[in-house]
Amino acid sequence: MTAEDSPVKLPPAAPPWPGQPVPEFRALLKNRPVVQAELPDGSTAWLVSGYQEVRQTLVDQRFSRALAVGPGRSLQGTEMFAAGSINGIDPPEHTRLRKLVASAFTARRVEALRPRAARIVDELITALLDRPPPADLVAGFSLPLPVQVICEMLGVPAADMEQFHAWSDTAMGDWQGDSDEIMTALADMYGYFAALIEIKRAKPADDLMTALIGARDQADRLSEEELTMLGCTLLLGGHETTANQINLSLLVLLDHPAEMGKLRADPGLIPGAVEEFMRYVRLGGGLPPARVTTQEVQLGGVTIPAGEAVVPLFATANRDPSVFSDPDRFDISRVPAPHLAFGAGVHHCLGAQLARLELQEAFRGLLGRVPGLRLAVPANELRFTPGMAIHSLCELPVRWGEP
Amino acid sequence: MTRWVVAVDKGTCIGSAVCVGTAPGRFALDQRQRSGPLAAEIAPDEAVRDAAASCPVEAISLVDADTGQPVDLD
Repeated sequence: MTAEDSPVKLPPAAPPWPGQPVPEFRALLKNRPVVQAELPDGSTAWLVSGYQEVRQTLVDQRFSRALAVGPGRSLQGTEMFAAGSINGIDPPEHTRLRKLVASAFTARRVEALRPRAARIVDELITALLDRPPPADLVAGFSLPLPVQVICEMLGVPAADMEQFHAWSDTAMGDWQGDSDEIMTALADMYGYFAALIEIKRAKPADDLMTALIGARDQADRLSEEELTMLGCTLLLGGHETTANQINLSLLVLLDHPAEMGKLRADPGLIPGAVEEFMRYVRLGGGLPPARVTTQEVQLGGVTIPAGEAVVPLFATANRDPSVFSDPDRFDISRVPAPHLAFGAGVHHCLGAQLARLELQEAFRGLLGRVPGLRLAVPANELRFTPGMAIHSLCELPVRWGEP
Repeated sequence: MTRWVVAVDKGTCIGSAVCVGTAPGRFALDQRQRSGPLAAEIAPDEAVRDAAASCPVEAISLVDADTGQPVDLD
């Protein structure tokens, strides 16, 4: 047996930098796009690294999300939460809920929010520049931007944003270590949304929660529990992810000064750069959301029996050289290539268009208004929140202006 | 018998494949990861209606073959 076909053990060793693909998974791309791996408890899961194979896993309905978050499944650690959400169900239940929210997140509807997002960016940068450096970009920029956008969209009062951040921070934390604390935070958030729904029922507003309440009360298209859970999921899904994609993207950019110079010189390159950020950065920690086969499936020349856990490795697939030439090179002028950072198929990130817009506006602001933007501490001193779901930076101290 | 004409604007499509997952056997992605209908004219199918309503970039058009009017997506 050679090193190339030795058994794959989970969890893998961490990459030198959290935002990078896992080297052991990366090595699978060479000739093992679909391979069985062993977990510490002796159970097994199939790892899918090849681009086409990951796509098939995400799109083909024979790979079920609902089965993957069922009782006894704990590959990712967050199954208990996913089980009650839109991210843990299959069609047709999934289709019914997705249709209710899809129209609010289309490219066209999201584009209408661009002026508002740009104004929030502007206000945050003005406040940042108002004080002498250094400053924490997480607290002052990358977090408040998506929080404010999603709260306004849902109709959550701005005064409650701090509370939400605390809940979300806990929920994105260490599911193995602090599960009681996490369940309490999620229950509190659920209770908050249940109360907010009653307030909006009595006093409808022009926001997404009010629209969803209408879909429940006038057309009975979702249950009260589904309605409440959707509120929680949209809020959670809509901010820590975007905030840390901004953070990690900025770190990549600071590491590639020539690309940063090109972007400063021509902001027209920003949309393409955002796609490259998405492709290049591994945002999620731990293992991505698994699927379970509903029947025997052929995948990448391998036969997977029914009832087996299958893990699509998004970040690894985004480095597949058969799709992305010179895949480890960060190149903002790469011909837009269909990366899998937002997933694919029915669970393709609902907020993808909103995330793109927020990232574009964030970098337009940071590059256009903050000259000399740089880290205020060595990169290896940056700390990430311990946990599994997202690579979440505790702080991102930055300086600007003349060195 | 009512028929629907299904079309995907490939210039708008972002290859999310929401349609392929929502209406199996009705859509497929091409080499460039852009979607297209497997049959351009079909008998009314709720899954195709759902796919059109769920498209993140509203790239799918559904038209009544007789009247030429857009099919209600709701």
